[in-house]
Amino acid sequence: MTDRVVRLLSGLMAICAAAVLLLIMAEMARAAWPALTRVPVSEWLLSAHWSPSGGDFGLASMLAASLLTSAGALLIAGPAGVVLGAWMHLAAPGWLRGGLRTLQGLMAGIPSVVYGLWGLITLVPLVNTVAPPGAVMLTAILVLALMILPLSVLVTDAALSQIPDQALQSARALALSRWGSFRSVLWPRARAAIVSGIVLQFGRALGETMAVLMVAGNVIRWPDSLTAPVRTITANIALEMGYASGLHLEVLYLSGLLLLVAVALMMGLIQRGAGNL
Amino acid sequence: MTLADASLPRQPAIHIDELSVFYGDQCAINRAALKVEPGQLMALVGPSGCGKSSLLHSINRLTDTVPGCRVQGDIRIGSLAVHDPETRTDTLRRRVGMLFQQPNPFPLSIAENIRFPLREHGMRRRRDLDERVEESLRWVGLWEEVRDRLNAPALSLSGGQQQRLCLARMLAMEPDVLLLDEPCSALDPIATETIEDLIRTLKGRYTILMVTHNLAQARRIADSVTVCWVDEGCGCVVETGSREAIFVNSSHPVTRAYCDGQAG
Amino acid sequence: MRGMRDPIFMAAGICLVLLMVLPLGTMLLDLLQLGLPHLGLDFLLEAPRDAGRAGGVAPLLVSTGWILLVCMAAAVPVGLGCAVFLSEWLSPGSAASRWIGLSLDILSGVPSIVFGLFGYQVFAITLGMGFSILSGGLALACMVLPLLVRTSQQALAAVDVRYRDAGRALALTKTGMLGRVVLPSAAPGLAAAVVLATGRALGETAVLLFTAGYVMRMPDAVTDSGRALSVHIYDLAANVTGGLERASATALLLLALILLTTLGLHYSARVWQKRMLALGG
Repeated sequence: MTDRVVRLLSGLMAICAAAVLLLIMAEMARAAWPALTRVPVSEWLLSAHWSPSGGDFGLASMLAASLLTSAGALLIAGPAGVVLGAWMHLAAPGWLRGGLRTLQGLMAGIPSVVYGLWGLITLVPLVNTVAPPGAVMLTAILVLALMILPLSVLVTDAALSQIPDQALQSARALALSRWGSFRSVLWPRARAAIVSGIVLQFGRALGETMAVLMVAGNVIRWPDSLTAPVRTITANIALEMGYASGLHLEVLYLSGLLLLVAVALMMGLIQRGAGNL
Repeated sequence: MTLADASLPRQPAIHIDELSVFYGDQCAINRAALKVEPGQLMALVGPSGCGKSSLLHSINRLTDTVPGCRVQGDIRIGSLAVHDPETRTDTLRRRVGMLFQQPNPFPLSIAENIRFPLREHGMRRRRDLDERVEESLRWVGLWEEVRDRLNAPALSLSGGQQQRLCLARMLAMEPDVLLLDEPCSALDPIATETIEDLIRTLKGRYTILMVTHNLAQARRIADSVTVCWVDEGCGCVVETGSREAIFVNSSHPVTRAYCDGQAG
Repeated sequence: MRGMRDPIFMAAGICLVLLMVLPLGTMLLDLLQLGLPHLGLDFLLEAPRDAGRAGGVAPLLVSTGWILLVCMAAAVPVGLGCAVFLSEWLSPGSAASRWIGLSLDILSGVPSIVFGLFGYQVFAITLGMGFSILSGGLALACMVLPLLVRTSQQALAAVDVRYRDAGRALALTKTGMLGRVVLPSAAPGLAAAVVLATGRALGETAVLLFTAGYVMRMPDAVTDSGRALSVHIYDLAANVTGGLERASATALLLLALILLTTLGLHYSARVWQKRMLALGG
């Protein structure tokens, strides 16, 4: 008798947990719907002109800023993370490997607002010396890269740990160098897991708000230069939510919905890929 | 207070007919048939992989809990049809006790290991519970060893003691049939001897089916024997009969090979 | 691996290690330089003055604490219930299990600002909670739910399968087994799950901006708006001139709190291990 009750209750909890995502999607779609009907796709997706007071709702420059900063961060932290992970796994002495793992775990726990603070205190003045005013796209890319790096390394490390030692023995037998053995023996096996883990980081970078909000400059313009201040979609929401209303607010929800769909698609694809392996 | 259903006969016979067990597409045992006479101990012998454990697990329907597992055929305990949809698994498993290869006492105290299942099945009074605890521990010869530390963790006991505790826990439920899945294979020789002696005392009071890969053990304590083998990737029953019929008088080539040369 | 010449790889590795460690080092140094002078007992006990440029963070500590409490009060029952259902009643490969898992996996990737928008729309507006600790805590609960479910599931799965076998053979109810054997065995792992989620929740900012709000006053009730420590850091750094010093101090405090929860986690994991080993495993 009690089994049935507990099963019902816990099943209810499970449904609630699974429903949260659906609720969020439904609510965001509902709140963004007026914007979707009143603002044509050609405007919000393709126009770079954002002036809510004048009725212009072009998200393009912010979408581009989000994509470019995330892509830039990934370009740095992705390969760096993989190489560092491979190095840790193959070449680092045991004490260093353990210490680095702990360090990366700690880094992954540092809140993004603290990364942003550091960006403001240290990085912005530094970049300012070569590219005033300092709070520019490059700074955002660097901060994001630092945030993604530890997880990229951990993902690589985890993927490499899954490979049985025998694979490495064959490399040793062939007298391959460490990099060579990674490239020809370990990488092909670990590639799928590592790539999907890193794509996950891209999704995370896209969704990042606080750090970029604090260091990217937040000027709405087409991101045509690394040394220009830019505003990402996430920063835009954070900045304008406080005073937006009416259609303006609805377009902000629309931009949030875009983020949601993009990230959900990415994660869904990765999970689908992982499930098929 | 007794938990057993007094209307059902004690020491029932076990009938198995045309039993096949599949895990997904993989066949574990194919069309097995055997009969255990009331109150007797039958040893189920054979090399690993011939489905002995699957056969055992299908008797108390532990196979129900394995996803993708299919059971075909007929198993009867006395007059109870085991795989009949009407049969309740909790009633079934109260009548059928199981001892596993690895001792698996709960991470509770020694006494609580026995009290907990009894309480779950309706025995409430502290006096009844304590009586049953002492009784069961005496049956397995543990009482003198643990009487002054009944509240110590069960996992602090040695392997042999843990297995005896599991035996006590099982017997406390007053089953009619005992299923023993290689109960000694994880134990040292001295513990093995103790458990074997205990099992011997249980003969006559219970109907027992014991899986073992130790032929000498089977020779020592079994009344009847069933020999299993692997045929085309699937387990099967090769021969079944009394101890003499199998060990002494058998003319089946597989049985002879297995018993003489311990092949497999 | 010996005897293989790979100077470029070795050099690259060392460079990358430096690349990772140096920024972190400067981060710590800069924060300490700016913030440490202000980190004292009065920082913890006083209220902020002059928009936060002076004074302490006492009301913010209280607000943060309440937000975490509301968050866990909502997330733990749902998360634990879900984990129990997944591990006790659903088989791992079943469709329901996969769908629930997919939903939670995607949820874990949703940006925190979207949680903020959702929280604002649903809790603050539709449910009428306004800017409050309640709104913030509930929105945060949605965020930490996937993490809680996943780590709780791991804790439950780590419970020795042999106990479950014994329980089934003895015809014990799942509820009985849960109460007496499974949950007590998994308890340290479950506690660790909560601690992990707390550490995550402590650092979240974007989700709280439009749910819990910015009010710096000491909250009287969960229906009051309350500023969390993370939000304070942002406000001082980005909106208040001359606020960088107090922002650094707050950041150091926040990092210390997160470190404490992480250490608490390691300690409890160690205790759990020892307990399991002492019992013979």
